[in-house]
Amino acid sequence: MAMDATQIEQYIRTAFPDATIELVDLAGDNDHWQVTVTSEAFRGKSRVEQHKMVFNAFGGQMGSVLHALVVKTAVPAS
Amino acid sequence: MTENNPIFDQIRSDIDSNDVVLFMKGVKQQPACGFSHTVVQILRAVGVQDFKDVNILLDPDLRQGVKDFTDWPTFPQLYVKGEFIGGCDIVREMYESGELTELLKEKGVALNAAA
Repeated sequence: MAMDATQIEQYIRTAFPDATIELVDLAGDNDHWQVTVTSEAFRGKSRVEQHKMVFNAFGGQMGSVLHALVVKTAVPAS
Repeated sequence: MTENNPIFDQIRSDIDSNDVVLFMKGVKQQPACGFSHTVVQILRAVGVQDFKDVNILLDPDLRQGVKDFTDWPTFPQLYVKGEFIGGCDIVREMYESGELTELLKEKGVALNAAA
């Protein structure tokens, strides 16, 4: 069970159309990812809320299909 | 996921009666996952004198219960004084920026003087 870069990016793009998305394959095995999502949607939200928004973008697959995703979130510099 | 879920009572009792609680894979002496290991290391590095480790691998109901309770899909999960602080990524970010130490001090958690 794994999710490839294109799929990950699609889920995030759907949830955050304005986002800058940066994906890093941490282990070189197409299975352990780090994603940095920069979006206006995070403005004014706590870190926990921001991460929940990213998890929710994957509709329940986080922690199962997508078991190793390091999440970083940021608000665009204005 | 009901309000009178007995597992929720157990979780509430753990986070209410311990300043720092880590719901993790494995135990603090022997974490069973790299992310859990990282948070244990960070708690030691910031000088947390003692914390309660709850091994969620021992009980599938507890594992699901903690996920539902926090509304968070992954482990580890760090609680300080009853408040959910975050998973590995957030804790690491807060550690690197110094926010974690600030937060622990603010909440009155006992830290080693050397830290």
